[in-house]
Amino acid sequence: MQRKKECVAMLLAGGQGSRLYALTNNIAKPAVAFGAKYRIIDFPLSNCINSGIDTVGVLTQYQPLELNEYIGNGQPWDLDRAFGGVHILSPYQAKKKSSWFEGTANAIYQNMQFMKKYNPEYVLILSGDHIYKMDYAAMLNAHKQAGADCTIAAIEVPMKEASRFGILNTNPDGTIYQFEEKPKQPKSNLASMGIYIFTASKLFKYLEEDEANPDSSKDFGKDVLPAMLNAGEKMFSYRFKGYWKDVGTIASLWESNMDLLGAEPAFDVADSGWKIHSRNPLAPPEYIGEHACIANSMIALGCEIEGTVENSVLASNVVVEAGATVKDSVIMAGTVVKKNAKVVYSIVDENVVIEENATVGEEKTKNAGIAVLGRDITVLADVSVAGGKILDKDYKGE
Amino acid sequence: MAHSAVGVIFSNIHDENIPELSRHRTMASIPYGGRYRLIDFALSNMVNSGITTVGIVTKYNYQSLIDHLGSGKDWDLARKDGGIILLPPYSDETDAPYTNRLEALKGVTAFLNRRKEDYVVISDCDGIARIDISDIIRYHEEKHADITMVYHEEEDVVSSYYISLIPDADGRIKDLKINPPTKGKFNQYVNIMVLNREFLIGIIQDATTRGLSSFGRDILVKNVNTLKIFGYKFDGYYAGINSIQKYYAHSMELLRKDVRDELFGARDIYTKVRDSAPSKYNDGAVVRNSLISDGCAIEGTVENCILFRGVKVGKGSVIKNSIIMQDTVIGEGVSLDCVITDKNVVIRDRRHLAGCETLPFFIAKGRML
Repeated sequence: MQRKKECVAMLLAGGQGSRLYALTNNIAKPAVAFGAKYRIIDFPLSNCINSGIDTVGVLTQYQPLELNEYIGNGQPWDLDRAFGGVHILSPYQAKKKSSWFEGTANAIYQNMQFMKKYNPEYVLILSGDHIYKMDYAAMLNAHKQAGADCTIAAIEVPMKEASRFGILNTNPDGTIYQFEEKPKQPKSNLASMGIYIFTASKLFKYLEEDEANPDSSKDFGKDVLPAMLNAGEKMFSYRFKGYWKDVGTIASLWESNMDLLGAEPAFDVADSGWKIHSRNPLAPPEYIGEHACIANSMIALGCEIEGTVENSVLASNVVVEAGATVKDSVIMAGTVVKKNAKVVYSIVDENVVIEENATVGEEKTKNAGIAVLGRDITVLADVSVAGGKILDKDYKGE
Repeated sequence: MAHSAVGVIFSNIHDENIPELSRHRTMASIPYGGRYRLIDFALSNMVNSGITTVGIVTKYNYQSLIDHLGSGKDWDLARKDGGIILLPPYSDETDAPYTNRLEALKGVTAFLNRRKEDYVVISDCDGIARIDISDIIRYHEEKHADITMVYHEEEDVVSSYYISLIPDADGRIKDLKINPPTKGKFNQYVNIMVLNREFLIGIIQDATTRGLSSFGRDILVKNVNTLKIFGYKFDGYYAGINSIQKYYAHSMELLRKDVRDELFGARDIYTKVRDSAPSKYNDGAVVRNSLISDGCAIEGTVENCILFRGVKVGKGSVIKNSIIMQDTVIGEGVSLDCVITDKNVVIRDRRHLAGCETLPFFIAKGRML
């Protein structure tokens, strides 16, 4: 008997994330650090394993090196399996042609062999740019119970923002009668989360048809889902209530990090019932110094703090020297803030050095922008980086 | 590979020194330094020196050790050939489980016979240090030694059982004493030694046939002039853990930057990964001169403390000079000074407890106050 997996997940992780600017110069968006010890991709991967889905294809394209290294054999997520587990799927050269992944649907189409190897009944399509905790098993149950061909996870968004999303127009029973990609005049505020469960046979059929259609842009939202709807397939929405945030922009990435703070955070990563797994840094406990002052912050292992940290998220091995201040900021691993330097309302990538007396960013006000420092750069002593400025090279001042 | 050595770690040997912390666990699995167990230092030193096979000699109470070690993957010791090999006591109807180190070694000769490495590195779990073992092996080779014993200069008697080494100018041990009265500085053997594997198997067999029972007394002391026993002086930071007082005092040394830099600066002390969330310093938190591990949530004052993983400190509580082990929950308005709580202790609101630095107040695992 052929071994099989009931449900295989395909995680679209090829996005460049160009709206994260300097943060994604050298890495794919799903590899961007989040929440002091995580990377964005930890959330869908943890959701998979916590939902009992142990076979995940991760489709990479843009700057995959760091992402590949991070995922490795999948062991941190318990996804190192003899049959199944996590697999990196890169664009490849085939006998007839070789090509980059053209759209989301084409990316999945090109990895049909991978899915078919597991002979799945269902395929779960995920994207690697959202922060959320979701039980995909519950969604799969709803899909089965409804006898659906395709189920789309959906969340209510504020009406005024609805035109930024793919909007589902549904009947009271949850069936979808219309799918509109970024409509100018949205009819509903039920947004697609980019999470789909397909009955595998239907997915394969429509992917093949879409591939053969020269007019298609080979995208799920624009092409495959409307085609299925037009053909009268049974398509359901699955309501998700809870925290869900696209971290594709500097502002939303900053906000989502801040949502982790406080005794009753908007989003809790310390939820023992839904662990977020990640590759752990090899570091001792953080040391908080004699004169340090820490307020409302999240601090990871290996940090050495002698200065002031307020409303901030500090990843592993960050150093904040005496007299230095970090406020309203997200600081990624290995960054050093030297004596009397000040970092406010900023996102600072990994291994940045901010020399003594330098100032980065400006106080958070309505009109202020978030300063962003790309990885491995140095801000020289005594200089000042204006609020909203995005740097990816060493900075000596204007 | 530069050297070919196999490691043997004794997990239980000094249990009786810290009955408080070893009641439910081996010496090896005593928590230390916020997120480690004592064995992590011995294991990491071996792994960082290129040793990929480590036999771990156990006797009793080793469930927590098995839980900690798992497959060995967190030390990069989940290997097809070698890796971590647990060596529980071997006994048949004629033999009781071992009662001394020599019998324990006899029980692992089958393991030693199966290996092909030239050397055996034997280590106990009662010391905190970052030691490059390949240096010791190199020294052992240079001296063509039978046994190389690592020592550290100590000022006072630190243990109920200790070995003092007296080396000559070349490093060869010319006298070796067990529990001698000491005045001032002396060279304390730190329970790490290197031996040629086949030589070790030979002396174990010989000792068995002659009914010897003590490795220290019957082999080392008696043969100090005939065997080539060399001393390797370790000059770095060494913390011998052999009483609850020493446990407390040495733990507190981790609040010193020089000690942290030496032990952890290279970020190569491995331990079991638990996937805890990063720690949170919420409203009301005042933290000074403390080591805080992951998964903590702090709303009170923490000063001169070591907090292990998953510790909660409630509003208005003031915790000073204390070691709080994992998943301890401290309520609101609590005050603690010089307290050691073992794992999973619950301290209810408004409890006040204090010990002193020479006699820290110890609260056993799982207790609720």
